[in-house]
Amino acid sequence: MKSLGRRPGVAAAPDVDENHWIEIDGLHKIYRPRKSEPTHALSDIELNVRRGEFISVVGPSGCGKTTLLKILAGLIPKSEGTVRVAGRDVHGPLPEVGMVFQAATLLPWRTILQNVMVPVEVQRLDRSVYRERAAALLHMVGLDGFAEKYPDELSGGMQQRAGICRALVHDPAVLLMDEPFGALDAMTREYMNVELLRIWRESGKTVVLVTHSIPEAVFLSDRVVVLTPRPGRIAEVIDIDLERPRDLSVMASDRAGVHVERIRTHFNAHGVID
Amino acid sequence: MTTTKETQDDDAVGAGRDAPHAGTPAAGALKAPAARRRRDLRDHPEWVLVPGVFVLVVLAWEYLVPALGVDEYVLPRPTRIVDALGTQLTDALFWTHMKVTLLESVYGFAVGVAAALVLGTAISQIRLVEKTLMPYIVAFQTVPKVALAPLFVVWFGFGMTSKVVMAAVISFFPMLVNVVEGLRSADADRVQMLTVFGASKFDVFRRVRLPSALPFIFAGLDIGIVFAILGAVVGEFIGAKEGLGYLLLQTNYNFDIAGMFAVLVVLSVLGLIAHFIIRQARKRFAFWAEDNTVIGA
Ligand SMILES: Nc1ncnc2c1ncn2[C@@H]1O[C@H](COP(=O)(O)OP(=O)(O)O)[C@@H](O)[C@H]1O
Ligand SMILES: [Mg+2]
Repeated sequence: MKSLGRRPGVAAAPDVDENHWIEIDGLHKIYRPRKSEPTHALSDIELNVRRGEFISVVGPSGCGKTTLLKILAGLIPKSEGTVRVAGRDVHGPLPEVGMVFQAATLLPWRTILQNVMVPVEVQRLDRSVYRERAAALLHMVGLDGFAEKYPDELSGGMQQRAGICRALVHDPAVLLMDEPFGALDAMTREYMNVELLRIWRESGKTVVLVTHSIPEAVFLSDRVVVLTPRPGRIAEVIDIDLERPRDLSVMASDRAGVHVERIRTHFNAHGVID
Repeated sequence: MTTTKETQDDDAVGAGRDAPHAGTPAAGALKAPAARRRRDLRDHPEWVLVPGVFVLVVLAWEYLVPALGVDEYVLPRPTRIVDALGTQLTDALFWTHMKVTLLESVYGFAVGVAAALVLGTAISQIRLVEKTLMPYIVAFQTVPKVALAPLFVVWFGFGMTSKVVMAAVISFFPMLVNVVEGLRSADADRVQMLTVFGASKFDVFRRVRLPSALPFIFAGLDIGIVFAILGAVVGEFIGAKEGLGYLLLQTNYNFDIAGMFAVLVVLSVLGLIAHFIIRQARKRFAFWAEDNTVIGA
């Protein structure tokens, strides 16, 4: 397989504390729609993510998970607090960040390869260099023969995999994922989980994954952040001390069961299961 | 720009997309051709019904009209109309008339479409332009545009210009509505996706908004070209020395009703051909879209 190595010419900001690769401090988000009441979506979030760490965020529906990711991605402004990614204050989208969306959001008029190349095009990177990388990524997720196909010729799971390739093609240091596997069937989902772990291990990326599957969060993460119902506050950050590398069999272990139960307690306490 | 480039590579896939149809004969190649034909017909009853209705109507017209004692001068039989059509088509003067009307329509269409593209883009992208111009456009849209034809003839004379202006004005509005709606139709998630990856406003415009608008733009072109022909003919009714509209009036004065029908047939065929060309272009350039995004005017 072709190398999926580090992107040429992009160096991290020099003096970044690797333990504060993502730094969130006193973050509040209040939506103030013009025509309705304000919504306090996130309240006093404080979180530091190590470089190369895998973090999952779980919480009841509407507690602000997507809001948190969008603020990290620079898509929407925060109301209060500090948000830094790779040593830079987030005011808008950063090239160090890749994002996988809940729906694959592929462009139907582009082939799969052209879709994967979107970040390369808009960041004006050298297409000839990245086309190979895109092809290697498609190979990795098992979409070899589909580069020249159009999205509507692929199943939902395949589209989602293409969406993941798109998020990785420009080799971002940080990968944000908003319930990326929600639409997949259980089998595909497990397969994608294992793949994601492999990509993460090989690339050393920092991942923030929003999921509504507690076992998925436990299986993948170094730490799981549990949010309370709206306004989302951090209820607990749970260290997942399962050995790495992991395969699906760790989920049968007692330790994994303990973590799953612990997270579930939070949900049960609030009477909401997402 | 990107769109053209992207769609350039689509040839193969465009062909593949028609595979269900293209594939049917190939798949059935082993079977007897008669059986295959029977199955095709079962899947597409309209292939028989549409021409069937035409033949029935023409036959009824041909034989019922004299049987009911309708005056041949008022409503000529189809065979008479075909005769008249033959006479017209062999007359060099007729082709001049057709060329004039065609040029008026095409020029007017081009001007109307270009103006709608520019103005529609400005309206959909610039708030201030929208707020300023929208009341005028809504007001002007309620004016029956054909009623302006006499004015245009006074202003621009009996030549082609007045008809070009008429065709432009009348094809402009359906096009404008579709351009504005189309450019606004872009999926918010797709816009956000591009934004995350660092796309500028212009990038978002040409990579998401413009392609999203294409199905609408083709719907506008489809209506617009028919309106343009209408505009040219109406302009010729008011005051002209050549063109199919002028010819229509001439045949009318001469009480040559069969000749009138012949011109009407030619006008319909022109409209159909224009419609067909635009549909083909749509299939080529907006191949991903369902065939139902049409906004009337
Ligand atoms: N653009 C917006 N305007 C107003 N309120 C919003 C907006 N986006 C989200 N919200 C509200 O903020 C809260 C958190 O939303 P979200 O982050 O999408 O939750 P989650 O992803 O955890 O389900 C919800 O109550 C939602 O209704
Ligand atoms: Mg969400």
